[in-house]
Amino acid sequence: MLLSIVPPSASNFAAQNDQLFILITILVGVWFVAAEAMFFWLIFRFRARPGVPTQYITGKEKALHRWVSWPHFLILVCDVVIIIAAVQLWVRVKQTLPPADRTIRVVAQQWAWTFTDPGPDKVLDTPDDVRTTDELHLVIHQRYHFLLESKDVLHSFFIPAFRLKQDAIPGRIYTGWFETTRAGSYDLLCAEICGMGHGEMGARVVVEGEAEHATWLTQHANDAALAALNTAPAPADTTAPAAPATAGAH
Amino acid sequence: MAHAHTEAHPVGAHAGHHEESFVKKYLLSTDHKIIAFQYMFTGMGMALIGAFMAYVFRMQLAFPGSSVPGFGMVSPHAYNALITNHGSIMIFWVAMPVLVAAFGNYLIPLMIGADDMVFPRINRLSYQIFLLSALVLIASLFVQNGGFGGAWTAYPPLSANGKYNQTPLGATMWVIAVALEFVAFLLGGINFIVTSMNSRTKGMRAFDVPIVVWCIVIASILFMASVGPLIAGAVMLLFDQTLGTSFFNPAKGGDPILWQHLFWFFGHPEVYVVLLPAVGIVAEVMCVFARKKLFAYKTVIYTIIATGVLSFFVWAHHQFVAGIDPRMANVFTVTTVLISIPIAEMCFAYIATLYGGSITLSTPMLWALAFLAEFLIGGVTGIYLGASGLDIFFHDTYFVVAHFHYTFFPIAIIAVMAGVTFWFPKMFGRHLNEFWGKVHFWGTIIPFNGIFIPLFVLGAAGEHRRIFDYTNFPELATPELHFLRVFATVSLLVMLAFQPVFLINYIGSAIRGRKADKNPFHSTTLEWTTESPPPHGNWTEYPTVYRGPYEYGVPGRDQDYWPQNEKD
Repeated sequence: MLLSIVPPSASNFAAQNDQLFILITILVGVWFVAAEAMFFWLIFRFRARPGVPTQYITGKEKALHRWVSWPHFLILVCDVVIIIAAVQLWVRVKQTLPPADRTIRVVAQQWAWTFTDPGPDKVLDTPDDVRTTDELHLVIHQRYHFLLESKDVLHSFFIPAFRLKQDAIPGRIYTGWFETTRAGSYDLLCAEICGMGHGEMGARVVVEGEAEHATWLTQHANDAALAALNTAPAPADTTAPAAPATAGAH
Repeated sequence: MAHAHTEAHPVGAHAGHHEESFVKKYLLSTDHKIIAFQYMFTGMGMALIGAFMAYVFRMQLAFPGSSVPGFGMVSPHAYNALITNHGSIMIFWVAMPVLVAAFGNYLIPLMIGADDMVFPRINRLSYQIFLLSALVLIASLFVQNGGFGGAWTAYPPLSANGKYNQTPLGATMWVIAVALEFVAFLLGGINFIVTSMNSRTKGMRAFDVPIVVWCIVIASILFMASVGPLIAGAVMLLFDQTLGTSFFNPAKGGDPILWQHLFWFFGHPEVYVVLLPAVGIVAEVMCVFARKKLFAYKTVIYTIIATGVLSFFVWAHHQFVAGIDPRMANVFTVTTVLISIPIAEMCFAYIATLYGGSITLSTPMLWALAFLAEFLIGGVTGIYLGASGLDIFFHDTYFVVAHFHYTFFPIAIIAVMAGVTFWFPKMFGRHLNEFWGKVHFWGTIIPFNGIFIPLFVLGAAGEHRRIFDYTNFPELATPELHFLRVFATVSLLVMLAFQPVFLINYIGSAIRGRKADKNPFHSTTLEWTTESPPPHGNWTEYPTVYRGPYEYGVPGRDQDYWPQNEKD
């Protein structure tokens, strides 16, 4: 039952994330079970009984103090293992940026997601870009870069199936990456409270084959005004000089 | 305001002085015990408000869109205000006043053999400012557009701009309330530190001081050292809200991430500010009801100090995915995971204290033991979140919510209950009813796990926080996950249903409980050497201390306890 609630694995990070989860569960689980077992056994074993006096133990006795000091060195070893595994995943997701097959733009605002697909030419900020709201279409087995921005407050780009999360900060453009590995349709959530509509700020991510994606692109080819807007770089912050006149069509 | 007899004075100066009016005696008192009660009862009152908020938003989560009895329909706007103020109240207006201020005020002078705090009038001022802060917060819920709804962390730009949060008044009042509350605890903390350093009775050396006093003093030092940046941040936020400055506004050269650093530089040590008094209380209770000397007293103190120092170097683990330099996350992963070592060692020392003891499962002992058993769950689940790679997924999910409730509930409820039931005879001169005490214990502990174990599972499923209705998200709207939400809510209802048992037992026993003598539990520390309840001034003659605080079962003695003040 537990396994069925874990979100599907649809990106290259999912397997390593889940392995790290299992590793930590085993390492801390052993300590947790040992500590609780010892704890309850001691309560049972040393409950008050008439005629049995309490023992005078200071904790300085070497033979006894070992019970406290040795485990803490062993915990240090476990900690090091966990840190190494955690940093490995972290570095892969957040500190590396392998070249992309395609680049998308993700703009968060109160309370919607706007996605820009590079279109058939796979180059962002060209007239064939396709812009959609609250629906992101991706091609399977592709490595994506995403340029993440916010127009107003903090938001957070969270796709559980990708095991990926990143806050969007107004005034900054964050570049991250992922690879799609499984076709399907997944939730995209805003994971940072962003005001009244935070609870409705979701989107769907559809991972599909190259052919379906091409069809989808042609169906959603934007009209001329929107296409012209696509060529203009998104404003870096909310007070950038007024956008070109075409923005009025928006 | 000053009246001569509130100044430091020789013990016994009160004998025979005139009866004071109710207002002077209970509302404007400078007696540390009365101030402790003021903090405790205000904290309990705020806890009822915080619990009611939890009831309303958990009902909304389990039965979205239906009217909540006693509240009505929950709009998204109201939902945000409820979760924000639930968090703020439970930490700043419940955990802090009850654990640090109430127990600190009550116990420090009594346990170190002093007649009062060093600065009694600063102490009174501390409570008055605290009360004002609580009133400002409560008032903020009723102003136009309602209370602040930007989460207790109040991240800008949402918190800084009324256009974004739609509660310009509520947000500003929230910041003012929090800032006032910090001032109150700064004043209280100064008192705790100075009193413990200077007013210890004759013969009491540093390592004769009970653990709970050590804990409250170190907590006060942590608080003083960490709160400065946040007070500065709160003033900057206030200026951004009201004067149009741009400390946190990226459009005009400010930086919203700056607030996060200021907030968490305080916010993480704050966890240990409330944890330490809790572990101190648990140590006192365990030693008495296991009839045991605390295992490795000095080691425990060193782990407390190590935890306190390390807690200043872990704050950015709250910000792994917030847009900080990703290289920085590696440093904070190391410090965060390493804090498990002193904490684990402390837990082991506590568990080892049970070895060779003679354990009585009285109500206070049940609470103290439950603290250890439950806090361990909170501790080990913290490892998942401190591990930066895994936090990418877990950040801001219900796994985090479950994790910190497994730390904060044991701290702010379980350890507090251990303390309240343990020192009840001292505070009121009467015994709590044990039977109803145990009914309340089991009626709280079992549903507590019923609330938060499902939330771990929901978090692992990717359920994110602060969402008023999950039917908007197809993967989170499945019947399995919704069952867990309902289960948690029903558990909460069961837990709340058992709380009147405590309130009735508490008030009833205070009025007509069995009379308690000076030292009903045969304890060794100084508070048990004076009357129950202690008079203003605490002692007719200051006690003299000859030994450490936990001399139980010393071989060759008739009694199994050897009070600190008995020469031989």
